[in-house]
Amino acid sequence: MSLDGKVPSGSLAEKWTRYRGTMNLVAPNNKRRIEVIVVGTGLAGASAAATLGELGYKVKCFTFHDSPRRAHSIAAQGGINAAKNYQNDGDSVYRLFYDTIKGGDYRSREANVHRLAEVSRNIIDQAVAQGVPFAREYGGLLANRSFGGVQVSRTFYARGQTGQQLLLGAYQSLSRQISLGNVEMYNRHEMMDVVMIDGKARGIIARNLLTGELQRHAGHCVVLATGGYGNVFYLSTNAMMSNTTAAWRATRKGAYMANPCFTQIHPTCIPQSGDYQSKLTLMSESLRNDGRVWVPRSKEDAKAIQEGRKTANDIPDADRYYYLEERYPAFGNLVPRDVASRAAKVACDDGLGVAPTGLAVYLDFASAIERYGKSAANSKGIHNPDAAMITKLGEAVVEEKYGNLFEMYEKITGENPYKMPMKIYPAVHYTMGGLWVDYNLETNIPGLFAIGECNFSDHGANRLGASALMQGLADGYFVLPYTIGQFLSHEIRTPMFDSNTAEFEAAEKAVQERLEGFMNVKGSQSVESFHRRLGKIMWEYCGMARNAEGLQKARTMIKELREEFYKDVFVPGGMNDYNPELEKAHRVADFIELGELMVVDALDRNESCGGHFREEYKTEEGEALRDDANYTYVSAWEYTGWDTDPVLHKEELTFENVELKTRSYK
Amino acid sequence: MSWFSNFLTSSIGRKVIMSLTGLFLITFLVIHLIGNLQLLNPDDGMSFNIYAYFMTHNPLIKTVSYLLYASILIHAVQGWMLWSKNRKARGGQRYAVKNTRAVGTNSFAASNMGWLGTIIFIFLVIHMYQFWLQMKLGNTPMVTYDGNEVKDLYTIVADAYSNIGYVIFYVVSMVVVAYHLLHGFQSAFQTLGLNHRKYTPFIKGVGLVYSILIPLGFAIIPLYMYFMMQ
Amino acid sequence: MKLTLKIWRQKSPKDKGRFETYQVEANPHMSFLEMLDVLNEELISKKEEPVAFEHDCREGICGTCGLVIDGQPHGPSQGTTTCQLHMRHYKDGDTIVIEPYRGSAFPVFKDLAVDRSAFDRIIQAGGYISVNTGQAQDGNAIPIEKEQSARAFDAAACIGCGACVAACPNASAMLFVSAKASHLALLPQGEVESKRRAQAMVKQMDLEGFGMCSNVTACEAECPKEISVENIARLNREFLSSTLGTEVKVG
Repeated sequence: MSLDGKVPSGSLAEKWTRYRGTMNLVAPNNKRRIEVIVVGTGLAGASAAATLGELGYKVKCFTFHDSPRRAHSIAAQGGINAAKNYQNDGDSVYRLFYDTIKGGDYRSREANVHRLAEVSRNIIDQAVAQGVPFAREYGGLLANRSFGGVQVSRTFYARGQTGQQLLLGAYQSLSRQISLGNVEMYNRHEMMDVVMIDGKARGIIARNLLTGELQRHAGHCVVLATGGYGNVFYLSTNAMMSNTTAAWRATRKGAYMANPCFTQIHPTCIPQSGDYQSKLTLMSESLRNDGRVWVPRSKEDAKAIQEGRKTANDIPDADRYYYLEERYPAFGNLVPRDVASRAAKVACDDGLGVAPTGLAVYLDFASAIERYGKSAANSKGIHNPDAAMITKLGEAVVEEKYGNLFEMYEKITGENPYKMPMKIYPAVHYTMGGLWVDYNLETNIPGLFAIGECNFSDHGANRLGASALMQGLADGYFVLPYTIGQFLSHEIRTPMFDSNTAEFEAAEKAVQERLEGFMNVKGSQSVESFHRRLGKIMWEYCGMARNAEGLQKARTMIKELREEFYKDVFVPGGMNDYNPELEKAHRVADFIELGELMVVDALDRNESCGGHFREEYKTEEGEALRDDANYTYVSAWEYTGWDTDPVLHKEELTFENVELKTRSYK
Repeated sequence: MSWFSNFLTSSIGRKVIMSLTGLFLITFLVIHLIGNLQLLNPDDGMSFNIYAYFMTHNPLIKTVSYLLYASILIHAVQGWMLWSKNRKARGGQRYAVKNTRAVGTNSFAASNMGWLGTIIFIFLVIHMYQFWLQMKLGNTPMVTYDGNEVKDLYTIVADAYSNIGYVIFYVVSMVVVAYHLLHGFQSAFQTLGLNHRKYTPFIKGVGLVYSILIPLGFAIIPLYMYFMMQ
Repeated sequence: MKLTLKIWRQKSPKDKGRFETYQVEANPHMSFLEMLDVLNEELISKKEEPVAFEHDCREGICGTCGLVIDGQPHGPSQGTTTCQLHMRHYKDGDTIVIEPYRGSAFPVFKDLAVDRSAFDRIIQAGGYISVNTGQAQDGNAIPIEKEQSARAFDAAACIGCGACVAACPNASAMLFVSAKASHLALLPQGEVESKRRAQAMVKQMDLEGFGMCSNVTACEAECPKEISVENIARLNREFLSSTLGTEVKVG
């Protein structure tokens, strides 16, 4: 069955403007009578809730955190893209659109991506007006830097804490709407299910995490802004509580899950150091602006380093293999994330890795320190500076640019990255897949919207750096608040909903029974141990490289794991108080089911594209080999239950404005 | 006046009162010390007694002295109120391990201003009883300089400082004052919002010197009188 | 490494609470929270209730974690959140006392977890710039001096963890409040409503039952983002000038 993305007609550049100008509106007096439920308060959720509140809708906003400001958007480091062309380096809306489509390996919807590029400019303006302290030049104007996969400088940043500052901006706007009474905020409330009435999403069941109380919340529509599902891998750069439950519950109610196998493995993370590890820490991609990635050329040297007999500084330059610079001269260390990650994996698979585990490569700032040191000496009028002076000056420049990242690295590893190259290894970071949405960001369930990382929309098979913040805020500030009107304009006669209906009752009962189910297993293994095992399966067979055989195996293993989970999990504590273990239990149960769907999706897609690399489909040089003839579609999966195979719905992708080319960063 | 009462009852307003009264008392200490140093003049107390006469008879100084008494009372009462409110804010359950660090101020002084202030208040009560009240009640012997009869406060002071117990009490109290000032001096400026990257180090420097020199000056007097003038 | 942990256990807000002693086997590369994870896994395997503590990003930015470790919020390392503290700072045989934040405005609801929603209410009172989506002019329309912007950023780096309140002998929230007020007041776009903001935020802060700042500076000493008390002076200044100047209405 084929899906309709509801892309409006007209030329690419005019679609959004025209559509926006002709869209149905909801009059202010009617907005006051319409209730919108927003789940999640990250960049997308907070910006959407705030904007909808400003527009006059009655908004109920939910987060499982103790405060909206804790959402994991806060951890984004590097920056946010916008086609401002402030640097006069040839950037434009079209170029941002093109880079994003190409970076996504031609698996995203042209019209959505173009709209994203268009509104990117408004986001910067909005953020500045909210007081986001973006980096500035001496003249007082906004500064930019460049990111992987592009050749212009269009990334706006606030030191290494861009996500934090943007989220605080959105959080503050949301707080203002809360104080004005336009948004009713529910902290420490987790969405447990979507409630459907006559085929439309009309509310949610939420659990108060402090008291365990289940609550019914009705509304005219439901917006999910609940983030990605990277934690299906257990170890990822996601926060510990990031989960798929809201999206997965929607999937179980009939929403389609699109491209779940498209996961992004970020190339620059701090490598795992032991089995006790609970999460991985990202080192911003911006570091690749100045850091050079290398491994020793010889296995002997690599082995010596792994065994601690040599250090990076013992390897002369000629014996270092700067594999990104050598293999991809055009982009060098700034190739897109999927390419950089795979190259690191190849190097480590070849035995050239550098940590005791053999799973790490170097990110070296020595050349940058020298280059900056010389230029700083020059600008200070110091002629013939000695090496120590150059290093000192250079380190100061590097510290100004990346100081907080270097500090974080040192805190975690105990090594000084100014003196010794950083060790990095790829880690799961972002999920391009998510709930299928049309051009209006509405899922196939009427009245159920999905925004931000929660949906699948704009990044195709690989997301470019600094684009997640852009998409989250684009959806929340500038897209959803308009497109939601397309649905709500038909609802102005619908009275406020009563949550005492049979549908709400049934949904609440189902949630209650499900939670009791977890408590009553009374087995012997902790929730965490199941999560860890699921993560290992996913990383091993559905991680940076996949193949049919492994995926088949993974599917069987996941099925067994699920069975064991429901037989032997142990959840301590009670249901009616604060019980993080119970929260984890239902989240992990959902991860297990989603994990299987990811494997099914990866098996279906017999090609390599972006973050999805099937070992059977590669060029002679080992690069990803796309199959445009057969796979230029979005895989939207209808979940039909644990014992049956999911049903695939395809949304064919048509490219009218760009030519499908093999991505080359050489 | 609602803005004013709102201000006075706000947390910052209360602190500003502490700051302003504190600064006034700091200024007073200098004048008080200059006067007291007259005690060290080897003239059998004449310059001190004349100074005391001047202080108690000049109408301007008399007015200022009422301001001073008010400041002391306001500073003390407000201080105790803050102390009690802050204890309440801290809550019933205290930390099992206490480990207060500070930046650019003495953490012992900073976290014990209430205790230090209370000790100073007790000192002041005794101090006032001993000298000021005696003088006011007219229990003071008289002495005549150039035909003017003035109260011989010097003799009272000299009497007191011949008692080693009093001397120790005074000196210890001055150590307490020093600690109180060590934090209070710079804190008063911070509360008024007078913090500047360039000038705050200067304020802190002056504060440090002040909080050592002034109490030292006061402490020297009884010591000198006890050891040298008997 | 073998460690002895003395951890505050409290079943509910009403429970009196007490210290319990545990032994745990840790590894120097672990983070502090991973060490607690190990303890919790052990407790679960013994069918006991794990220690409740809050955490999320584990990279020092979300502000969810915050334990008082041997009397110091976020433990002994300067400028470090609890989640970024690593066990290499301890040695075999150490005893570590772990307590929740203490303060009337931060009530404990279970073990080491406290309610910090007072901070949200302070931001709601005025910790924002009143601009609706779509009202903004071009981002480069107002040049902002680099240094000024950097100062605003220093204040904006606050993660809202509440360590300042926990560290303060008076349980004052002035560093948190002043960091937000300073961040916004230092930028031209936020300066417009800085007077009203100062009044509104301070009013809410006082209502929440935080203590009053006596410039102890323990907040700055323990702040994982090393936010300076000069922000407190700036808020004092804003508050004073808005009090003495034209009357500002605070809802």
